Amino acid sequence: MNFSDSLQRFVAGAPAQFWWVMGGVLALLVVASAIGQTLTRVKPGSVVDNLNARINAWWVMVAVLCACFLLGKVATLVLFAIASFLALREFITLTPTRRGDHLPLCLCFYVAIPLQYWLIGANWYGLFVILIPVYGFLLLPAVSALAGDIGNFLERNTKIQWGLMLTVYCISHAPALLLLDIPGYEGQSLLLLLYLLLVVQISDVLQYVFGKLFGRRKLAPEVSPSKTVEGLLGGGLSAAAIGASLWWITPFTPLQSGLLSLLIVLCGFLGGLALSAVKRSLGAKDWGEMIEGHGGMLDRLDSVTFAAPVFFHVVRYAFAG
Amino acid sequence: MLSHLLVILVKLLLGAYPRWIGVQPTRAQRVYFANHTSHLDTVALWAALPAELRRRTRPVAARDYWSRGLRALIAQRGLNAVLIERHRDRSEGDPLQPLYDALDAGDSLILFPEGTRNDEALPKPFKSGLFHLASRFPEVEFVAVHLDTARRSLPKGSLLPVPLICTVRFGERVVPGIGESKESFLERARAAVVELA
Repeated sequence: MNFSDSLQRFVAGAPAQFWWVMGGVLALLVVASAIGQTLTRVKPGSVVDNLNARINAWWVMVAVLCACFLLGKVATLVLFAIASFLALREFITLTPTRRGDHLPLCLCFYVAIPLQYWLIGANWYGLFVILIPVYGFLLLPAVSALAGDIGNFLERNTKIQWGLMLTVYCISHAPALLLLDIPGYEGQSLLLLLYLLLVVQISDVLQYVFGKLFGRRKLAPEVSPSKTVEGLLGGGLSAAAIGASLWWITPFTPLQSGLLSLLIVLCGFLGGLALSAVKRSLGAKDWGEMIEGHGGMLDRLDSVTFAAPVFFHVVRYAFAG
Repeated sequence: MLSHLLVILVKLLLGAYPRWIGVQPTRAQRVYFANHTSHLDTVALWAALPAELRRRTRPVAARDYWSRGLRALIAQRGLNAVLIERHRDRSEGDPLQPLYDALDAGDSLILFPEGTRNDEALPKPFKSGLFHLASRFPEVEFVAVHLDTARRSLPKGSLLPVPLICTVRFGERVVPGIGESKESFLERARAAVVELA
């Protein structure tokens, strides 16, 4: 079978809703790029340059995500495992670790990440939810103690645990949506993941846009100088409205979809805020610089870390059979 | 082939992002000298260079350590390293002769003037080889480089590297003054590396 045949098979295999949503995202990106280009001509400056860098990075991120969705479950899990790997790398790079942390860190990168995502692929929900908070929580400090370095023992272990929870455990709850068996929604769980990511990221983007256009009152100037009340209200409510209007790709009614989007927006906002505080207490402005204009992987996924586990468990409790 | 593989592996694990602070990546013949805390230093600095410069830049490595088995394969086939004797009594003639030959041939070098890997955050005093090279090759640019996280990624005595983002900072040229003493030059060179930390 040659490449174009397999491509055709993938494209035909995706549900119609997927292509409608992707078409919408594509249209948004085209409009965003057009606005970005116009602003470059009308009002050049560093803010507009950053905006264009962000939009270009979005094209790449959407393309990668779309490709993985079409390739299916395994590719999507691998993509999120790589995202966790890069996010954990950013977190640990900013964390002052010592010689005694070497083995615990190797366990985090080379054992915890593959195992956590394998458990999703193997449909092993019971172990997936406790692997890191129970076994990781106990094993890592034990291994660290065996190395014999007691200097700042509690601080070092706390930071490693935090990094692992946020970047691996929390982020893995986004693709864990593929685990859910929702009556009447069989075989469409990738759409639910797409829904979560869309609402989180559109909320981030709209909060940024509303903040830049109408932002007056800063919400938490010490923690995150770009977050404003106007940005949160305008961006958050618009994102929830967009989420409600996407009910047709979910197992929810329009009202349920709106409320769940509001929950995603709220958790995403709190996640962005908390991770910004963590980042600043580690002495950095951005988590990294791998995504042009955005900062690091964790700058892009900070909202997902809080939104994904809450969304996952609410949907599992209320909708999964 | 092996060198491409090394670069890909290093970029995946460490990023090895260059920051050109004191100099720009030009084709000038150079000796990059850096702090040495980990085996990853050599590959990280080397991978941080643009591909074109990498082809003409050779790391300097200790013959007693890097001439056996897998290490020899990586050092010689992968990195095209210049091997030197660390122990003066084992070498015949000037132990720096292989470096003179490489510089005469027009290659750039990567050098760790502490002589061995160091567990501390700050570099140890530099060995005198750097001064002899700088006096003998005044037209070559001696550039201070600092590597930040290699020590935490792969500390001395461990086998598996922890993936941490390594930033490779290229600082100022250090030029020996007229009649400057060896001690003074080596201390200035060390200070130029420390300043980048």
